[in-house]
Amino acid sequence: MELQDLYFLIEVIIGGLMAGVLYSLVALGFVLIFKASGVFNFAQGAMVLFAALPVVRLIEWGVPVWAAIAAAAAIMIGLAFVIERTVLRPLVNQEGIILFMATLGVTFLLEGLAQQIWGSEVYRLDIGIPTDPLFLGEILVNGFDISVAVAAGLLVAALIAFFQTTKVGRALRAVADDHQAAQSVGIPLNHIWIIVWSIAGLVALIAGIVWGSKLGVQFAMTFVALKALPVLILGGFTSIPGAIVGGLIVGAGEKLSEVYLGPIIGGGLENWFAYMLAMVVLLFRPQGLFGEKIIERV
Amino acid sequence: MTQQSGRKIGGPLLKVQGISLSFGGVKALSDVSFEIRQHEILAIIGPNGAGKSSMLNVINGFYHPQSGTVTYKGATRKQMQPHEAAEQGIARTFQNIALFKGMSTLDNIMSGRLLKMKVNFFLQALYWGPAQREEIAHREVVERIIDFLEIQAIRKTPVGKLPYGLQKRVELGRALAAEPDLLLLDEPMAGMNVEEKEDMCRFVLDVNEEFGTTIALIEHDMGVVMDISDRVVVLDYGRKIADGVPDEVRANKDVIDAYLGVSH
Ligand SMILES: Nc1ncnc2c1ncn2[C@@H]1O[C@H](COP(=O)(O)OP(=O)(O)OP(=O)(O)O)[C@@H](O)[C@H]1O
Ligand SMILES: [Mg+2]
Repeated sequence: MELQDLYFLIEVIIGGLMAGVLYSLVALGFVLIFKASGVFNFAQGAMVLFAALPVVRLIEWGVPVWAAIAAAAAIMIGLAFVIERTVLRPLVNQEGIILFMATLGVTFLLEGLAQQIWGSEVYRLDIGIPTDPLFLGEILVNGFDISVAVAAGLLVAALIAFFQTTKVGRALRAVADDHQAAQSVGIPLNHIWIIVWSIAGLVALIAGIVWGSKLGVQFAMTFVALKALPVLILGGFTSIPGAIVGGLIVGAGEKLSEVYLGPIIGGGLENWFAYMLAMVVLLFRPQGLFGEKIIERV
Repeated sequence: MTQQSGRKIGGPLLKVQGISLSFGGVKALSDVSFEIRQHEILAIIGPNGAGKSSMLNVINGFYHPQSGTVTYKGATRKQMQPHEAAEQGIARTFQNIALFKGMSTLDNIMSGRLLKMKVNFFLQALYWGPAQREEIAHREVVERIIDFLEIQAIRKTPVGKLPYGLQKRVELGRALAAEPDLLLLDEPMAGMNVEEKEDMCRFVLDVNEEFGTTIALIEHDMGVVMDISDRVVVLDYGRKIADGVPDEVRANKDVIDAYLGVSH
């Protein structure tokens, strides 16, 4: 292989990994909620859109970027309180499928609300993420992608530190491990749900800002939820590292297949590659690459 | 029957009155009333499906009865949440062992200290220094429990890898870590061999004697029940059919009938 081809390959992989970071972020939100409450939260994609829209609107109104983001964060935390009160608490101890249905309801509510307030245009979002292209040796990398990767890395590191070292983190892990035992040692499940949904909301906000800065804030964002599904199958529904690695594999795999297999098989490979990969994984390792056990509640 | 010294059984610590609980058509408990007295060991016995576990679940708030009240430390209530029960000094173990399987023995028992940690639940992340110092103090308590239960050798072992008998012991350790006023044990000796049972009996008696902890336990082994309990409550088909000291209960005709009618 020519050196030039090798550089091109590396660029393709890096480009794919960057897209994968977004999948990872969305999948991460899913995993957090699934671990802590056994709920498969279909609304995660809608939450990404719902979090990004207020940021756009507030910046339009002349609110400083940081304040707009803080306000959106507050909205997502408020949403966690509302969902706990109106959905989770009344449905506690119900079958997983019922809770899943409830999150479908939340999805349509959020999407409807978003369309009601913001219509269905595509909004530009610019929060000043540096975008200058960067040369790493001979390899051209998009500066925006680097910023995003760094931000996502920091987010994951912060989450891990939170889970590993704080009392709340310990309580969250306890709940994820065994609900009954956690309650019996005095952990209030309701608080845990609020915290987890808040964190998932904040992760959705970051995903929404990144996605929106790249492709515009638009309704199509909610479809990232569907891309997160093969990522979850790949990584396992209960594994945080799985969500991250799964997202990266899907991102890189998509791009590689598009560039190298596309010309042979035909275009559009990018759209279904992830699902095909997920199917292959399901056949050989139904619990995913990192999953702990067979998915039972979806 | 062993009669403990060095502890004096007092007035009622907890009283259940007229508790009825049903699941759809299944009546798990019908109008059950009894009391658990300060510092005593109360055994709750009865055939399979009699409603014993349901009773414990009512007491610590997992189940909310359709009618009846629970009076604990003088306060009467219709229902509460499990975490509130824990806050008020009720700790428990489960019939089907509910441990944090991914965590070590040490971490599991440590989790029992959660409510003793003073630093605020939400703000803990901000108080790094005090949180760390607190951790050390809690570690000392936990190490003492580990010594008491003679499980030093498995401190670092993930509990999912431990044999059943040891898991039960770790679960007891976690409940003890909360320094409870009322300890609920759901079949702490089920599935154990004779030796393990003897150990468990010794731990239960020692806890009761040394710390004065009030204990309510469910047990199927009549030998054990007669040996360690001060009083016995018998449930059958969700109803209380007897309540008294072991010798009384053993001679009770309803109890004999209930047990002859059911195979184990
Ligand atoms: N969560 C539940 N949902 C439905 N039915 C339940 C539930 N918990 C208990 N039951 C029913 O209530 C009745 C009493 O059950 P419980 O577990 O209290 O009995 P038990 O005396 O502990 O029996 P065992 O000795 O087998 O443990 C049974 O008929 C059981 O099927
Ligand atoms: Mg039982």
